[in-house]
Amino acid sequence: MTEKKIRVLIAKPGLDGHDRGAKVVARAMRDDGMEVIYTGLRQTPEMIAEAALQEDVDVVGLSILSGAHNALVPQVIADLRANGQTDVVLFLGGIIPEDDIQTLLDQGVYKIYGPGTDTREVCKDIREAVKSKA
Amino acid sequence: MTSASLDALRKGNRLALSRILSQVENRTDAGQAALEELFLETGSAHKIGITGPPGSGKSTLVNALARELRRREPEQKVAIIAVDPSSPFTGGALLGDRVRMLDLQDDKQIFIRSMASRGALGGLAEQTEALSQVFDAAGYGFILIETVGAGQSEVDVVNLAHTTIVVDTPGTGDDIQSIKAGILEIADILVVNKADRPGADQSVTYLRNMVEMGYARSINNGKHHLEDFRENSEHETASAHWVPPILKTVACEFKGIQELTEVILNHAAYLRESGQWHAKDQASIRANIRRQLIASLLKDFNQNVPADLVNSLVEEVQKRGISPNEAVRVLLTYNRNNSLESSE
Ligand code: B12
Ligand SMILES: Nc1nc2c(ncn2[C@@H]2O[C@H](COP(=O)(O)OP(=O)(O)OP(=O)(O)O)[C@@H](O)[C@H]2O)c(=O)[nH]1
Ligand SMILES: [Mg+2]
Repeated sequence: MTEKKIRVLIAKPGLDGHDRGAKVVARAMRDDGMEVIYTGLRQTPEMIAEAALQEDVDVVGLSILSGAHNALVPQVIADLRANGQTDVVLFLGGIIPEDDIQTLLDQGVYKIYGPGTDTREVCKDIREAVKSKA
Repeated sequence: MTSASLDALRKGNRLALSRILSQVENRTDAGQAALEELFLETGSAHKIGITGPPGSGKSTLVNALARELRRREPEQKVAIIAVDPSSPFTGGALLGDRVRMLDLQDDKQIFIRSMASRGALGGLAEQTEALSQVFDAAGYGFILIETVGAGQSEVDVVNLAHTTIVVDTPGTGDDIQSIKAGILEIADILVVNKADRPGADQSVTYLRNMVEMGYARSINNGKHHLEDFRENSEHETASAHWVPPILKTVACEFKGIQELTEVILNHAAYLRESGQWHAKDQASIRANIRRQLIASLLKDFNQNVPADLVNSLVEEVQKRGISPNEAVRVLLTYNRNNSLESSE
């Protein structure tokens, strides 16, 4: 049997129209052999949790450049948990000020990435996170 | 897979359903066991295939159809399986069909599942049929299956769907349709989407000519293409033939969707009345059993017959010492003797 495919949902919550980073990261993950579901712009946390449920993903990756991360991220986490998806690993990227990082990590984000991130590193981190979860 | 999670699926628990879909897709032992049990509860869903060239608007059309089906038949749940290609180089995939289906997110009676083709070439993934069976058992009355963007030879969907919809778009200028005759022949319904663009009526005319040509041919052969499904059917001479209707839609504006839905439901009624529903079901079961039989026969063979024997026979054949047929006879004899021994 072949190795189990890692499934990732890449989502952009809120009204943020910056989608380059999300697309770059999604493509890098595909090129790393993952199955990446992209849901497009302007998703509510509830829509994101719903898509994660239907697609049974291992990882949810949020891309936020709007500054609304402190409101959106906890809501996504709450909605995922409410659906019973407690084992999904949450990744976050975009413009996240230094001061907010620790709080978000404490709330359950696995790792946070800013501008200039090497996507190979992201893929490596995802593989590690999924492996240690199994 | 515990029986608790199967019960949860039967009760409509969507997380349980989603997890079982993954197990089945990944062909784990638990997934296979679940599928064996759930298969006995299948047989009521109407499976609708949507195929056509890349970018013709399949996902947008599925979005509109799912909404219209839910409006017309509110007591039925709708499942969507959207297949996109895996990269042959990395095995990864970008599954983007959901982007066009955002209208459906707030309806909990609709369940969308994206699937990577994982190397299969016929426009579906190996396990697409299996996933459709899980949805069927979970009580989804309509199952919409979007294939990989197909041009010509990706026609596997026809073996799975009761109703196959082929989507095309208006041709540009004087070039003919992007669509190939081979894929037209699998259509139960033809759709010219993006009918807001110039040339839609010409496309309809073109397709009608193509269909009538193919239809005349199949009548002359005393055979409609649907009969390919029926190796052993009693319904050989279904009296009323289905001539594929051709409809115009503007999927992104929900235009033509009510008419299309009407035709889809009519097709289901036609299949049931003509006995072809039953025949299609039987053909797909036959194909399924055949596939599994071949796989397990091969597995048995590989267990019984040492690779060394196969290799030495290959060499013998390559030296032109014996024919390939002779080699096969030797292998089959060996296999037979060996499996007899082991079963004693
Ligand atoms: C290009 C750009 C735009 C383009 C966007 C085009 C598009 N379709 O994406 C346009 C011109 C449209 C635009 C508009 C605006 N922008 Co602008 N924009 C930028 C800019 C210059 C670059 C962003 C970018 O594309 N980077 C390239 C990508 C590849 O990098 P990235 O997104 O950071 O992604 C990387 C990492 O962050 C990480 N990553 C990102 N997401 C994810 C997700 C996961 C799961 C993981 C693991 C990693 C990860 O990996 C990626 C690869 O390294 C930034 C400044 C900057 N230097 O970041 C401002 C910036 C983001 N914009 C900003 C603003 C304010 C706006 C506007 C509000 C301006 C205005 N007043 O109109 C509008 C809002 C538009 C909207 N609807 O949301 C601010 C945001 C400030 C804030 N958050 O506090 C910034 C930071 C500029 C600034 N310094 O003020 N913008
Ligand atoms: N003008 C016009 N555009 C449409 C129509 N239907 C869909 N589109 C647009 O066509 C593009 C492709 O639509 P999709 O639904 O993604 O097409 P698809 O066939 O699913 O594409 P693949 O899955 O990539 O093969 C999108 O930008 C749609 O908005 C239509 O009726 N008219
Ligand atoms: Mg599509």
